[in-house]
Amino acid sequence: MTIRVQEAAFNPWEVLAAYELVAGERLAGQTGGAAVFVGTMRDFNQGQAVSAMTLEHYPGMTEAYLEKIRTEAHRRWELVDSLILHRVGPLKPGEPIVLVACWAAHRDAAFAACRYLIDELKTRAPFWKQEQTDSGLRWVDQNQS
Amino acid sequence: MALITVRYFASIREKLGRSEDRLETAGGETVLGIWQRVSDGPLPPNTLVAVNQEYATPDARVQAGDEVAFFPPVTGG
Repeated sequence: MTIRVQEAAFNPWEVLAAYELVAGERLAGQTGGAAVFVGTMRDFNQGQAVSAMTLEHYPGMTEAYLEKIRTEAHRRWELVDSLILHRVGPLKPGEPIVLVACWAAHRDAAFAACRYLIDELKTRAPFWKQEQTDSGLRWVDQNQS
Repeated sequence: MALITVRYFASIREKLGRSEDRLETAGGETVLGIWQRVSDGPLPPNTLVAVNQEYATPDARVQAGDEVAFFPPVTGG
């Protein structure tokens, strides 16, 4: 059960492999499926090329809301475990922004909870994207689905 | 001295030109009242507010020691 907000770039597949190594005994046997979502930075948005991005957040409130939505997901579905990892600070196109993983006995719970976590994160966790385009810096005013 | 901390993020922080204020309060003011003290315009539409790092509404009342925050719609993920 981990929530992490970090500036350092990460490789989601290495994070998952390392996590399963540590949590392996707890996950093995009980888990019948894992659903994973990886959000990655695009090099375009709203019809314009985007060359870089900075993610601002509200330290403290961000972690509290990630924990809140994770607790809600565990209450709603039978999950063995879940993981949320989110970048902040400067990012380049192609870099992973967010990793959400859910382990469950059955796939329905894993898929549904994973979807819930990323959707709720996007609407409730206090993060803000600022993009660098040819015409300068701009704040992203709303998320697309 | 009874103080509240007011924090600003993203485009609101840039518009105000600062990330934080500390205000004296007698307690019982609304979040909207706090906004009127720190800015010279109306609360921009779609602005989100938090009190003590929980979402709140502009009519929420604040007390000494509270942390109030103003920020635009969130765009993480």
